Amino acid sequence: MKVAVCIKRVPDTEARIKIGSDGKSIDETGVKFVLNPYDEYAVEEALKLKEQAGSGEVVIIALGSDASQETIRTALAMGADRGVLLKTDAVSLDPVANAQALAGELEGGAYDLILFGKLAVDDSSQAVGTMVAELLGMPSVSAISHLQIADGKGRAEREIEGGVEVVEFQLPAVLTAEKGLNEPRYPALRGIMLAKKKPLEVKDVEVGEGGVTMGALELPAPRAGGRILGEGPDAVPALIEALRTEVKVL
Amino acid sequence: MAGVLAVLEQRDGALKKVSHEVLTAAHGVAGGLGGSVEAILVAPPGVDTDSVGAFGAEKLFVVAHEEFKLYQPEPYATAVVERAKSGGYAAVVLAATAMGKDLGPRIAARLACPLAADVTAIEANGGIKVTRPLYAGKALSELSITSAPCVISLRPNVFTAKEHPQEAVVEVVAAPGGPDAEVRARTVEVKEPESARLDVSEAAVVVSGGRGLKESDGFKLIEDLVDAFGNAAVGASRAVVDAGWRPHSDQVGQTGKTVSPQLYFAIGISGAIQHLAGMRTSKVIVAINKDKDAPIFKVADYGIVGDLFEILPRLTEEVSKARGS
Ligand SMILES: Cc1cc2nc3c(=O)[nH]c(=O)nc-3n(C[C@H](O)[C@H](O)[C@H](O)COP(=O)(O)OP(=O)(O)OC[C@H]3O[C@@H](n4cnc5c(N)ncnc54)[C@H](O)[C@@H]3O)c2cc1C
Ligand SMILES: Nc1ncnc2c1ncn2[C@@H]1O[C@H](COP(=O)(O)O)[C@@H](O)[C@H]1O
Repeated sequence: MKVAVCIKRVPDTEARIKIGSDGKSIDETGVKFVLNPYDEYAVEEALKLKEQAGSGEVVIIALGSDASQETIRTALAMGADRGVLLKTDAVSLDPVANAQALAGELEGGAYDLILFGKLAVDDSSQAVGTMVAELLGMPSVSAISHLQIADGKGRAEREIEGGVEVVEFQLPAVLTAEKGLNEPRYPALRGIMLAKKKPLEVKDVEVGEGGVTMGALELPAPRAGGRILGEGPDAVPALIEALRTEVKVL
Repeated sequence: MAGVLAVLEQRDGALKKVSHEVLTAAHGVAGGLGGSVEAILVAPPGVDTDSVGAFGAEKLFVVAHEEFKLYQPEPYATAVVERAKSGGYAAVVLAATAMGKDLGPRIAARLACPLAADVTAIEANGGIKVTRPLYAGKALSELSITSAPCVISLRPNVFTAKEHPQEAVVEVVAAPGGPDAEVRARTVEVKEPESARLDVSEAAVVVSGGRGLKESDGFKLIEDLVDAFGNAAVGASRAVVDAGWRPHSDQVGQTGKTVSPQLYFAIGISGAIQHLAGMRTSKVIVAINKDKDAPIFKVADYGIVGDLFEILPRLTEEVSKARGS
């Protein structure tokens, strides 16, 4: 079982976001960067599939700056075999351009499965994995929370509004991981030591600009919240009154 | 290239409400570009599409097949892409629903064109500008789309559907398309949840509970309030989903669903930054928490400090009364 996992380096979900002086990007000072949470599920699933198959290879691929090497090492510490950094100064704002760059690397890699996170928590496009599948002409299922693989076929479940879709597909395929697919393992100390020696190839790539440009990046207007109506059950009538007259939801 | 293609969506044979939002937004974009709206619906036969004209579409292409009761990714994408190519639209607009989040990237990849996903505002004036929340809503980006065509998916419940005063007649055209001869991925069934409640991402009112409910049985109080509202759904913080009290489909937040209901209740939820990411665009937020310093009160429009076990029964009773009268 040969599996590729595409991962992205993103700000920690706890990070406080400040706008940089250009007004178009975030100020990265003091921001901690992590492996995108959804990509952890993808890495875990790849490792499990390889373990189940008894043999194979898990290859980690990231498109980004040199700093992404550290993120690749995190996935290697979890147990992946080798990494590839597609080095670029700037990823595109247009997911198609990033998908094209990743597809260029994945093409001809003879992978049985190519896994992605459902979404990168920085740009939240929820697009790159499904786009790569289309660019490579491979079947794909997005945002899966359950997966079974047997005899060159797969069965995956994805949550939709008010239900769960069950999709059957043929391998090779592209899948994107939703929370709930598995419980990602933590890199053990031994894994972290081993990861330092695992191969990590760095290749320069050109990422197209795409068809999207940033006008401005701003902080959202703070919600004018903070009206405490009172304490305990006695405050309930005031709430009902507010909902009825001021916001008209009742 | 000034026209806009609106991609509609059905469930159980009826047009989804979010499709009216898509049509309304598409109409706005087409107006700004000096074009008109055409719509496409890939669906089982017999979906009632009478409302489509009222929301501003001039033409509706229907690709009907029994197999399209369920979302079939590849033939749906093929049908929309074929139409987009023949129509030469400036933009393809769809909803960022479970279907739209899968279909949008397929269309953009096949057309090799830009995708702006999950947008919360669009401005068209010769060109197209969109607002997209980034970093889970901690920042808002204003993006210009510099090439045509483009694909834009809209966050549900953000764009208000508006009918047009004059009754328009929509021309319905049967379009070619059918299931893939060579199926590589096929949706075989949709499992319905045990309870027939609304989905958090679609309900007008969401009542979310957190660790403050103490145990999974505590959610009975939440369900009672949901039932009192009628058009409401149960939501949950990640803490209670991870504890196994609620299914992941109820989770609101950065690694759950993003919701924008008319009214959102956060009950026994502290208001962690990852939870706020999923609900801060709600129209009205109400928080109930025994800790007056809980961060949730900073984003809540209305707050009650106190023990939720005392407050909820009273609230449910008053809501029932208010809705009954
Ligand atoms: C990568 C990542 C992703 C995450 N994604 C999400 C996500 O999508 N959604 C999400 O919700 N969280 C998410 N989290 C978790 C988040 O950080 C918080 O841990 C979680 O939201 C806390 O849930 P809670 O508010 O229910 O619990 P707590 O923080 O424990 O809060 C419980 C609250 O209940 C109140 N309370 C207790 N008893 C009572 C009572 N009797 N009456 C009234 N109030 C009472 C307390 O005062 C407290 O404020 C994520 C975390 C990480 C690291
Ligand atoms: N720059 C990147 N390098 C590698 N993988 C990426 C990159 N951007 C996105 N991905 C993958 O695509 C998924 C979806 O990202 P997005 O479409 O940006 O929300 C992520 O979870 C990653 O698996």
